[in-house]
Amino acid sequence: MTVKDVQEILGARVLTGEEFLDREVRSACGSDMMSDVLAFSKDHSVLLTGLCNPQVIRTAEMLDIVCLVFVRGKKPDETIIEMAREREIVVLETGHRMFSSCGMLYKAGLGGGAI
Amino acid sequence: MDEAIVLKYDISPDDFTRAGEASSDVKGKLKQLGVSPEAIRKVAIAMYEGEINMVIHANGGEITVEITPVDIKMVLADVGPGIPDVEQAMKAGYSTAPDEVRSLGFGAGMGLPNMKKYTDDMAIETKLGVGTTITMIVKM
Repeated sequence: MTVKDVQEILGARVLTGEEFLDREVRSACGSDMMSDVLAFSKDHSVLLTGLCNPQVIRTAEMLDIVCLVFVRGKKPDETIIEMAREREIVVLETGHRMFSSCGMLYKAGLGGGAI
Repeated sequence: MDEAIVLKYDISPDDFTRAGEASSDVKGKLKQLGVSPEAIRKVAIAMYEGEINMVIHANGGEITVEITPVDIKMVLADVGPGIPDVEQAMKAGYSTAPDEVRSLGFGAGMGLPNMKKYTDDMAIETKLGVGTTITMIVKM
């Protein structure tokens, strides 16, 4: 699916990266622990997290994450959004909780990638 | 790229929000040099984990990265407290990080295991009260 599909499924707001919504995503990872994300994330991934600090962007950068979704209505500050903008990472924000967000994407066909 | 390229970074212990800047810089340079995406990914993850560790546990330190046509060598040296039990520290899930670090998204006990997982060779030299030097190699 594309980032646009992710946005629509989650009813999410685009905080930055409007121009990259046609990018392809192949798998997703949901966690508030960045080390776990670094251990298990795959290529062309979406990262769903409730953690709101600059290290989320850095982690996404190291893994070439296509799209970040802040769940349960977490709002990153302008510094964080700016960091994402510089790195051309799409940032979405949804009011859905982590479990629900992951479930909605999984149901729509997005997997976690091979173990 | 005929000769080795050497990059040096001072890792500041004071500002957690800046942790990862060195790894970010190295990632950008490797991209410019046309290094394969797989090798870049391995270096970026391993070095980032190491950099975070230096900020969390060791009061900062120095990272030297040597890029040759054959491999990329990262040497992370600190004068921190040292690792009392390396074998235990290498176990996935084992962590000594304080709660405040966990609230920042780290301290899952995956740092050293991740560094080993994403590198072709890793060596840890550590002495209590003296410091730790970790050398990691990723082949091109």
